[in-house]
Amino acid sequence: MTINTQVRGGLLREQMSCFRKMEKVIVAMQDPDMGIKMRNQRLLITVIPHAMTGVDVITWLTQKYRIGEEEALHLGGMLVRYGYIYPLKEPRCLVLQPDDSFSVFFYSSFHFPSSAIFLAKKNIRKQGELMEHEKERYSLLHKRINHTWDFVVMQAREQLRTSKQRRKADRIVLECQEQAYWLINRPPVRSLPQFCYQHGRNFGGGGQGGTCPPHFFQKVRDAITLKTFLVLYISVFYICLFVKYCEQYQDHDPIMLGCLPSNPWISDDSAYWTINTEIVLVPTRLRVERWSFSFMELLSDPMGRKEFMTYLEKEFSAENLYFWQACEEIRHGESSKIPQKVEDVYKNFLAPGASRWVNIDSKTMDKTLEGIKRPHRFVLDDAQMHIYFLMKKDSYPRFLKSDLYKNMLSRAMVPQESKKSVFPFMRRQRHSSPSPAQVVAHGTEEDERTGGVGQAGTNSTTGARV
Amino acid sequence: MSQDPLEGCRISAGKKSAVSLGKALHPPNLLVVVEGTCGACVAASPVSAPEGSCSYNVAHHHLCVCVRVCMAWQGLQKGETLASLKQESENLRRKLEEERGKLTDVELHQVAEKVETVAALSIKTRRVLKGHGNKVLSMDWCKDKRRLVSSSQDGKVIVWDAFTLNKEHGITLPCTWVMACAYAPSGCAVACGGLDNKCSVVPLSLDRNENVTAKKKSVAMHTNYVSGCSFTNSDMQLLTSSGDGTCALWDVESGQLLQSFHGHTADVLSLDLAPSETGNTFVSGGCDMKANVWDMRSGQNIQSFDNHQSDINCVKYYPSGDAFASASDDATCRFYDLRADREVAVYQKDSIIFGASSVDFSLSGRLLFAGYNDYTINVWDVLKGTRVSVLFGHENRVSRVRVSPDGTALCSASWDNTLRVSRT
Repeated sequence: MTINTQVRGGLLREQMSCFRKMEKVIVAMQDPDMGIKMRNQRLLITVIPHAMTGVDVITWLTQKYRIGEEEALHLGGMLVRYGYIYPLKEPRCLVLQPDDSFSVFFYSSFHFPSSAIFLAKKNIRKQGELMEHEKERYSLLHKRINHTWDFVVMQAREQLRTSKQRRKADRIVLECQEQAYWLINRPPVRSLPQFCYQHGRNFGGGGQGGTCPPHFFQKVRDAITLKTFLVLYISVFYICLFVKYCEQYQDHDPIMLGCLPSNPWISDDSAYWTINTEIVLVPTRLRVERWSFSFMELLSDPMGRKEFMTYLEKEFSAENLYFWQACEEIRHGESSKIPQKVEDVYKNFLAPGASRWVNIDSKTMDKTLEGIKRPHRFVLDDAQMHIYFLMKKDSYPRFLKSDLYKNMLSRAMVPQESKKSVFPFMRRQRHSSPSPAQVVAHGTEEDERTGGVGQAGTNSTTGARV
Repeated sequence: MSQDPLEGCRISAGKKSAVSLGKALHPPNLLVVVEGTCGACVAASPVSAPEGSCSYNVAHHHLCVCVRVCMAWQGLQKGETLASLKQESENLRRKLEEERGKLTDVELHQVAEKVETVAALSIKTRRVLKGHGNKVLSMDWCKDKRRLVSSSQDGKVIVWDAFTLNKEHGITLPCTWVMACAYAPSGCAVACGGLDNKCSVVPLSLDRNENVTAKKKSVAMHTNYVSGCSFTNSDMQLLTSSGDGTCALWDVESGQLLQSFHGHTADVLSLDLAPSETGNTFVSGGCDMKANVWDMRSGQNIQSFDNHQSDINCVKYYPSGDAFASASDDATCRFYDLRADREVAVYQKDSIIFGASSVDFSLSGRLLFAGYNDYTINVWDVLKGTRVSVLFGHENRVSRVRVSPDGTALCSASWDNTLRVSRT
């Protein structure tokens, strides 16, 4: 939902589908067999037909949608709020009471135009073939808002027109490709599960390629079976990777499994953050384990990067990491400094006889040197990527097997779960931490100190708990 | 991290790469594939064959995929005319329609059947941040895991230390409806924008007495409202999405436009940067019901997904960067696999009637938190496709949900003027 639709006063697009769905719910409620049992309720001197109790509504919702009671209450409340159900006892209070007070179905007049438009559109689209209950309502609405009927029909036509334009006229022809695979029988490899790869998108536009290359169909059958198998394999393979990723990171997910020593938001103790700051003497075990998940994890953790650098220096290949870091700075740094930085990189890493010469293949090197003559932000991308993958395939696996890493892992600490306080209702003092802006301004010596408990002159205040 | 089964092949749409498919798909006779040209792409010339090479070339006219794979061809057999082949093509297409009806999709939940179910979570609100005078439209966490910035309809942007509930900075913008705000990676600045069609960067001053608003600097200029903004890996570049249908990459220092991204046919409502190794792509979702993946360097639209039936309000990458989720007004959230180039899961329930406004993943990617317009937050099991739990508490629609950078807590911003930080 955008501001534009709101400003124009036409909440039509989003709310149309909401109202339609709510109306479906209401219609289902009124179903004589499966709906709610309704009775006549006496209110002062009038008798209100088709009334039901709040309890009935909630029970019905719970059963129909298989949801909990709290959610049913919430959903019922929404129906009341939008005027589909009208509470009889306290008409001004638009809340569903889960008790024996009676409510009745009621379509607030505000919604007349919208449901009218909806039906009018349907009428136009299907040229008079509305369903029975829709026809009834259509004529009812027509009677009630006769004076604005022209306006309604006009709106309906307008909406239909714009929706047609919005729909994609042509489809990506890649689907043709997929469909071509399935022209023939399923792949012969029966060991694969019986589901097949298919786009969720509509089929269409296949007729686009009216002028197919003549020789295409000759070889179709041969190719398709093989490629089909591969496509299926790839699809399932990629999906399995998600499962693997989730399993790998599950232990590291604080929301799912909690964190040690304690989650700061629950215990008001920021120890968890203290032991996990950027640079600590002894990192936690989980953190060191994460470095083995992927190369990117290792590089994105400053401690990990430092350890990796130490390892590379032992192997005399540290220039790779320095080069990579310099390239990152160029890519994400200020535009004005790019020419200077590129020049520095060239001097230090790429020039023949440079102090930290990096080993790039000749093709990439030539291309890079050409590009350096007109330096721009991405000129070193190819070289950077080459070095990155070099480190990833070569140095990184060896790092994980090295003694350095193994020692880190064994020395890493597993924090103890913090003991619950003796007086559970006593509120711990929540310490503030220096703002990152402050930390940077005070220079690098701040990095050494932990950022947990406020030290650098900020007052540690206890926040007022709301 | 992943082992590509076709080593050396890049099956990603949008890249022009000479793929040695021939090598992977032995035997060397063939291969196919085709087909199809759209009106715009005139390259319908019959494939001719440089021997032994094949190219998988996907030109993005949005509609056209010309894939020419050629290997040693033989000429048309005698007796086969173009007309007969066309007839055969028609027959094949009809057969395909039939086959299609019998097939089922590979869905994520089918593969994840053996995975353990997530235990029921009871998530409670731990902090309520009160202080905004009007609807809170957006929020973002700081990398230090406890601070956050939030923006609201009355033009105020507040930086909080959510842990202690202190308000650290307050910035007043001259416009209302500040729909986008982002915290800089260094923690030294925030970006915000909205109905003023601009996105401004405000350095966070250390001196409490200084007027932070005075140092505000306009960086991005659009021709319509700014709906989302995000810093790239550093403080120096800003990515914005706008109601004018474009996204743009700006240099913060100079205010210069570095790259613009055209392709959406309606307002762009949301964007997210990919956490990938090469860090060059981002995804955007808009009112044209499409989610597009873009290459930041070239400005090209690499992939496009149009499964939703209504406006896409929010898009967010999966932590590994290989997939993303989207939330839409059609009351569903969907999960897309970028490598397989398709939607692999839909998160919906009959009892959820109202549109979803925002999504975010938990740290492991197993849980998907989605905020809805019916004031609730639903927690979905990403792999199994089922709902794990519902969070109540807000008194108006939830405009934004974000998990903290270390995954310890979830913050939700709402039109009831508050932000809530929740945890199990």
